[in-house]
Amino acid sequence: MTAKKEEIIAKLRQEIITWEGFRPPAEGTVANFGLGPVELAFPNGIFPTGAIHEFVSFGPEETSACSGVIAGIVKTLLEAGGVCLWISYTRRIYPPALKMFGVDPDRVVFVDVPLQKDLLWVAEEALKCDGVAAVVCEAHQLTFMESRRLQLAVEESHVTGFILRKDVRSITANACVARWRVTPRLSRLRPGMPGVGYPQWQVELLKVRNGNPGSWNFEWRHRQFQPVIEKRETEKRRNYA
Amino acid sequence: MHKRFVSIWFRYLLTDRLTISRKELKGKPFVYAEPQRGRKVITAVTAAAAKYGVVEGMTIADAKVTVPDLQVFDAKPGRNEILLKGLAEWCLRYTPYVAVNLPDGLLLDVSGCTHLKGGERPFLKEIVERLQDLGYDIRPGMADTIGCAWGVARCAKKGLIIAVGEHRNALMPLPPSALRLPTDLLIKLHNLGLHTIGSFIHMPKAVIRRRFGKDMVLRLYQALGQEEEFLIPLKEPVPYNERLPFIEPIRTRLAIETALKTVLDTLCKRLYSDGKGLRSAILTYYRIDGKRGNIEIGTNQPTHHSTHLFKLFSLKLDNVAPGLGIELFELEARVTETVFEKQADLWAARPGPDSEEVAELLDRIAGRVGNKNIRRYLPAEHFWPERNAEPTGSVTKKPVTEWRTDKPRPMQLLDPPEPIGAMALTPDYPPKQFNYRGKQHVIVNTDGPERIEREWWLDKGEHRDYYIVEDETGKRYWVFRSGHYDPDKTQHWYLHGFFA
Repeated sequence: MTAKKEEIIAKLRQEIITWEGFRPPAEGTVANFGLGPVELAFPNGIFPTGAIHEFVSFGPEETSACSGVIAGIVKTLLEAGGVCLWISYTRRIYPPALKMFGVDPDRVVFVDVPLQKDLLWVAEEALKCDGVAAVVCEAHQLTFMESRRLQLAVEESHVTGFILRKDVRSITANACVARWRVTPRLSRLRPGMPGVGYPQWQVELLKVRNGNPGSWNFEWRHRQFQPVIEKRETEKRRNYA
Repeated sequence: MHKRFVSIWFRYLLTDRLTISRKELKGKPFVYAEPQRGRKVITAVTAAAAKYGVVEGMTIADAKVTVPDLQVFDAKPGRNEILLKGLAEWCLRYTPYVAVNLPDGLLLDVSGCTHLKGGERPFLKEIVERLQDLGYDIRPGMADTIGCAWGVARCAKKGLIIAVGEHRNALMPLPPSALRLPTDLLIKLHNLGLHTIGSFIHMPKAVIRRRFGKDMVLRLYQALGQEEEFLIPLKEPVPYNERLPFIEPIRTRLAIETALKTVLDTLCKRLYSDGKGLRSAILTYYRIDGKRGNIEIGTNQPTHHSTHLFKLFSLKLDNVAPGLGIELFELEARVTETVFEKQADLWAARPGPDSEEVAELLDRIAGRVGNKNIRRYLPAEHFWPERNAEPTGSVTKKPVTEWRTDKPRPMQLLDPPEPIGAMALTPDYPPKQFNYRGKQHVIVNTDGPERIEREWWLDKGEHRDYYIVEDETGKRYWVFRSGHYDPDKTQHWYLHGFFA
């Protein structure tokens, strides 16, 4: 009897998750974002497209790192066609750099919104549009009500939205499906080699709806995300001379 | 359809205008005068002054003898033309074809317009009543030809609306001055005893030409409708325009939206049947108090989707001030282009940037934030980082060259580069540490230099040696040294970007 009850509860939980927008992808549309363990942190083990993701950043360096991760995800989203809208009020993004992350900069439409109050209006309009694959919105603040509106917009159109919050002072509750934080990490180099290695980040999921938050290290190598596994010090450091 | 014309004669145009603005002058005799050969000659009179026998062309001295309390104002040349233009614009609510008829009249082509007010008589009555309410003393005339309408307005005793085909009979009893002839010719006709048009209308064409010149033939036959005559309209009519008059003036947003939908639907239907789409449109509304305003939209791609166009207009409907009520909507498609119907892509999951949905979305955004704030970037063949990506307003333009990926570029670029205080071991070495916004960054890894030369044919200045640097915490920066090391120069190092 108890086993049956648990079964029913598990089934209902699954259904609730489906209603909340985490539906198992249709046949043949599985997109691999290469984010391996991060994707497993989401319910059903699938990166939720057609939802709003919030990225928080505490400074221009972190904003750049977030932009890099977003670009890496947008690359996969754009493979199915469509355009990406990049909405901002003070834009510093350098289009040629997007190519490094596999996004054709000419498929990104940049919208500079001079007034803060128009920012979310533009984002909402864009999120409602079917021909758009992804919307990146650089915002300063995002209240619960605003995030709820954006979430409702994407539930209809299945556009993936990224809210990149710059220079965050306080983290507030909102309706986004996940809250990310990306911080740059020291790149790895072969011992003794000069130069700067592949871009490396610590990707943190601070909050995931119905999922498991966590922290992982990633590197952008060979045009895809590669999880970084810290090498154990197998050999004792030799003392030369 | 029969051509129908209305001629409006403003009997005391200039003086009526002054009475409207200065109520105390009402009913007083006053004139406009301008100096001619050392005398002041009257150019315009009021009805009250005319009663005393004061006419245009009299000198002030003569007029003051008959009317001692005559007030005199200085005439401004070209004033009547300005006034008539304003009145002609006001008349656009009745017909799209309105012409200024100098020096003192308006001509309206009202073919196919009169039924809107329930017939010719109510139509003309409304124009007359409203102009009289404004304070103008006018006489209208309606006929099949411009010449006949002009003559009837100025010379006929009664019967100001000449029925279709009756213009020949109507002209018969009128004096020759109804034919827009020069004064010397009128004197000649008078001296010959030809006091009505009927007395010479039967003369053969050749005789009239020989005796009175070809000008008279032209005017006579224009009045009779045997010679073509064209109006030069005040405003060039646009091929795609729709007008929607309202029986009752509308004020509410709901009514305005419904009216806008109706007028858009009719226009889009026409555009669709011609295979055209509009790129720019303007909606003009005429208010009952004589004021008007407009809202304008533009699109990225030619379109004839009325729902989309309605959305674009509705973004700007807040700017419409209906006042006491709007009586006419006029929608003009300023720019139209041929639409190429695309075959719907059955297989592609999502359409590209030139798809209709995206174009419509960008139109809506442009309506809110302005077109100049929407940009795409195409690769440009420049090494200089600031010119590497070329902004374009077009949504459909394809890149000509490839994006370069051989050198790493920062995710964010500072424009302009910010000066930093940096320390390098030797002048041409990468920096060991630098200060940016009061924070010290100790550099562990560096890559470079990558020298980028100034494009001297575009601007002058020094080259830059770029380094990719990484500090202890893994933050990556793009810094450069401007020019060669020079001990006299204080500023060498700049921060130009942040890597992902």
